[in-house]
Amino acid sequence: MIDPLTLIFLSSGLFLGWALGSNDAANVFGTAVGTKMVKWRTAAIICSVFVILGAVISGAGASHTLGKLGAISALPGAFMTALSAAVAVYTMTKSGLPVSTSQAIVGAIIGWNLFSSNPTDGSTLATIVTTWVVCPLLSGVIAIGLLKALKFASKQGKVHLIRADAYTRLGLILAGAFGAYSLGANNIANVVGVFIPAQPFSDIQLGTMVFSSTQQLFLLGALAIALGVFTYSKGVMMTVGDGLGRLSPTSALVAVTAHSIVLFLFASRGLEAWLSSHGLPTIPLVPVSSSQAVVGAIVGISILQGTTGIRWSVLRNIVAGWVATPFVAGILCFIGLFFLQNVFGLQVQ
Amino acid sequence: MKTKLHLFRRTKELEQKIDAYFDKLSEASVVYRLAIRVYLKEGANEDFQGRLERVNGLESAADHLRREIEAQLYTNTLIPDSRGDVLGLIETIDQLLGQFEGSLWAFSNETPDIPKEFRSGYRKLTGMVVKAVDELGLGARAFFRSPHDVPAYNHKVMLYEKEADIIGTRLKKQIFTADIELARKLHLREFVEQIDSIADTAEDVADRLAIYAIKRIV
Repeated sequence: MIDPLTLIFLSSGLFLGWALGSNDAANVFGTAVGTKMVKWRTAAIICSVFVILGAVISGAGASHTLGKLGAISALPGAFMTALSAAVAVYTMTKSGLPVSTSQAIVGAIIGWNLFSSNPTDGSTLATIVTTWVVCPLLSGVIAIGLLKALKFASKQGKVHLIRADAYTRLGLILAGAFGAYSLGANNIANVVGVFIPAQPFSDIQLGTMVFSSTQQLFLLGALAIALGVFTYSKGVMMTVGDGLGRLSPTSALVAVTAHSIVLFLFASRGLEAWLSSHGLPTIPLVPVSSSQAVVGAIVGISILQGTTGIRWSVLRNIVAGWVATPFVAGILCFIGLFFLQNVFGLQVQ
Repeated sequence: MKTKLHLFRRTKELEQKIDAYFDKLSEASVVYRLAIRVYLKEGANEDFQGRLERVNGLESAADHLRREIEAQLYTNTLIPDSRGDVLGLIETIDQLLGQFEGSLWAFSNETPDIPKEFRSGYRKLTGMVVKAVDELGLGARAFFRSPHDVPAYNHKVMLYEKEADIIGTRLKKQIFTADIELARKLHLREFVEQIDSIADTAEDVADRLAIYAIKRIV
């Protein structure tokens, strides 16, 4: 039985998970649901199942990198780190600023590092920041490649319009499932990653399999994401078209697939091991922004179709998010930790 | 798996209905041509009436298919991006079927007395109009499978429409220089224009089709 106090401490991470599920499920299934290609209920079920699978099976990679940035050893410290990230996400979303849980949690961890005089690993931080810049660019490049391949295939294949529509629907469901898996794998670190060193669970033996304490923590975080998907994502999915501009179902499929590939690349330990075993440079396992991956893909598609050039306002907002979100979360975390330690007398490090 | 199979079964049914719809158009254009040929040779005899009935039947069957296609597209929210274009295409092609039918009814009801010297002109005009419609049918089919090929078919529709205009104008000049009553001249001209207008509609549909195809390619 988990101590109720532990659950209270975990609640900030679960809140962050709920917020992630509410918003980021729209990146995976928003266009499919918005264009009525997939029913919301179908999308919500697939999204929840695959987020949970991704988090439990493949969530460790990106979490490990966050751990290297700052291993928060006390539950109250982890609580405040996740809470300040959640508050930063909430307030910035309310102010209409683009925000990513990945950037918020990194800022909050640095805030904890500063408060506890724990040195921040410069090379890990540099890797993370570089990844944030690379993520939308890579997503855009992948989207351009995918769209070109799809256009070539449809020209050669001479598939009937009605059949192509059916394939697109199926593709959106498969890409959505893959996207949800990648989202769970990549972003679970944001939700409960900071609790790993201080988490209260113990390993469970299931026959020959071990359900590790970290996996149990990830399951809990993923359930919070799923709750966010079911309770709040419908409205976000329905209005996603307004924010991102009208997408055709084919473009939606390309955008979701590119987003999912990018999130997967930055989360897959299997791929990392394969690249390393073949003497190839590895891809850092870092939590990245699902929204920025989708926006990168859409900008790529727009450039290829000649409908628009580089959307400077979108780029400006992304860059503002990179700078402002970690900064706000870091300050909030620092102040919050001060209160927890000096007012409530809790050990935060 | 069951859902997937169900999804593709429904898809196949709808594809077949759309193909069947265009089959009705090509069939109607062939029968129309034969009906006019019969009329020019033998008047509104039983053979002509039989062909008129056939065009009627094809128009009704196409109407039925059109309603089914429209209902299926809306009920199952299929092809959200191209639904309007597909419905527009199917509805304007329905006008062509209506014109085939209307033209034959006019021959049947008004039984214009066409002098021998003009008959080859009517035959040529009908042949050209039917060719324009046939190319349009091919273009419309291409829109669904290979929109890149649509411009080639459209180009031929325009070509045949222009030829039909030339033949129609020449025929009207012939009619009005002939030594017959003015009322008869006007009656004969009416039929030239009625036949020629089918090619005009085919051209209008081809213009729309060109835009629909561009949208699909982009």
